[in-house]
Amino acid sequence: MATEFHNLQELRHSASLANKVFIQRDYSEGTTCKFQTKFPSELESRMERTLFEDTVKTLNNFYAEAEKIGGQSYLEGCLACATAYLIFLCMETRYEKVLKKIAKYIQEQNEKIYAPRGLLITDPVERGMRVIEISIYEDRGSSGSSSGSSSVSGSTAR
Amino acid sequence: MHLGESMRECEYSQISTRSSTPMETPYKKRTPKRRKWEAFPGRNKFYCDGRIMMAKQTGVFYLTLVLILVTCGLFFVFDCPFLALQLTPIIPVVGGALFLFVLGTLLRTSFSDPGVLPRATPDEAADLERQIDVANGSTGYRPPPRTKEVVINGQTVKLKYCFTCKIFRPPRASHCSLCDNCVERFDHHCPWVGNCVGRRNYRFFYMFILSLSFLTIFIFAFVITHIILLSHQSGFLNALKYSPASVLEVVVCFFSVWSIVGLSGFHTYLIGSNQTTNEDIKGSWSSKRGKDNYNPYSYGNMFTNCCAALCGPLPPSLIDRRGFVESDAPQLAQPTNGMTMYGATQSQQSHMAATTPLPSS
Repeated sequence: MATEFHNLQELRHSASLANKVFIQRDYSEGTTCKFQTKFPSELESRMERTLFEDTVKTLNNFYAEAEKIGGQSYLEGCLACATAYLIFLCMETRYEKVLKKIAKYIQEQNEKIYAPRGLLITDPVERGMRVIEISIYEDRGSSGSSSGSSSVSGSTAR
Repeated sequence: MHLGESMRECEYSQISTRSSTPMETPYKKRTPKRRKWEAFPGRNKFYCDGRIMMAKQTGVFYLTLVLILVTCGLFFVFDCPFLALQLTPIIPVVGGALFLFVLGTLLRTSFSDPGVLPRATPDEAADLERQIDVANGSTGYRPPPRTKEVVINGQTVKLKYCFTCKIFRPPRASHCSLCDNCVERFDHHCPWVGNCVGRRNYRFFYMFILSLSFLTIFIFAFVITHIILLSHQSGFLNALKYSPASVLEVVVCFFSVWSIVGLSGFHTYLIGSNQTTNEDIKGSWSSKRGKDNYNPYSYGNMFTNCCAALCGPLPPSLIDRRGFVESDAPQLAQPTNGMTMYGATQSQQSHMAATTPLPSS
């Protein structure tokens, strides 16, 4: 029976962490934030390749928007310099605004796509923008029980 | 669950026999939550509950501050009244504005996070180790230095593995040995501002040295003017006796102007060619290394490079100094234990790995 998790809290409490996959940064275009869209083999049995690629491509687009050097960023930079950077005390930078959008997007993706498949994406900003961490959960009740009993005996033998 | 309960009982008895370290305190009942800066692994100093971040050695920074404050103070007290009356009151106004700008940018450079990369979580580090072992093959010999090659805009760049932070450093990042952190777009560690200069505070640093050059030249010029005007009235030696502070200011400005203006010029060149001090010193992109060696990060023209460095977007700090330490993050098994732990926390892992087996209660 396929495990179905209707919300993220349920996922975290009733499932156990089996593995973590790390999507690394793609530096082929320089130091701008971009993640590799290569589909990791550990997720092959869990989700469709297209959904995964869509998520990563959307995230990459968000980051490109945050780091875009154009009219608005110049205006922000010049205004900040003119006010001796005091304006950042009351105003949020464009990057921060985009990061909030990203956090909302990841939350939404987790709820709609990843949690129902027993997966969870961690926002890259919590990992220093180095990796997209995808946690793979096993259902504690059914398939994980055989490995569960061996670890129980292992730890009580301490 | 039975397993969870027995583990929790062991937890409390373990804590009572060991002296508490920062890693273990979060697991006690009702411990006040610690902020992340208190558990920061680098060698930085934090003030104002994590809002201010500086390097460990700040002596030279205080010297910089004292020099600027004393020289400007003397200028405003001893030279400005005369100049405002004799010439124009705009002089102290411009001087004041420059002084405030210099101070603002200095403090901003010194107190902000230069772009420190947080260290890898244990899971990330384990995953990387596994990948490196797979790539090298288990030979039993000492593993070769860990590097990864990336092609950026047609140029091959080597990414080095940082053994302290357990990450592959992004391009242009470097590990500062004084602060013990990897810093993004690492320029240099400046003892005069008491901090590293990196991606997040480079523009403040540049504005600081540029405005300081203007301020130094400004003070130098007007103090000389003051002395000359006084000399017309009462002779040169009397002028010096009447305003001894001016002599001190001239000396300080004369010796600083060469280094500061020189540094401003150097950094203007670096910004124009989109290089860091680190890259320039190593000659990473110089044509002497090879005919096809060029800077892959440069935008082609000086103007775009300047705009990108000074007016580009300012990324937020990645280390979240004022956030609270989370003690319940789920973690995977440590390879040393050889068994799967369900919902084990970081502090539990370090307990299990480090302590000798306790007698069962």
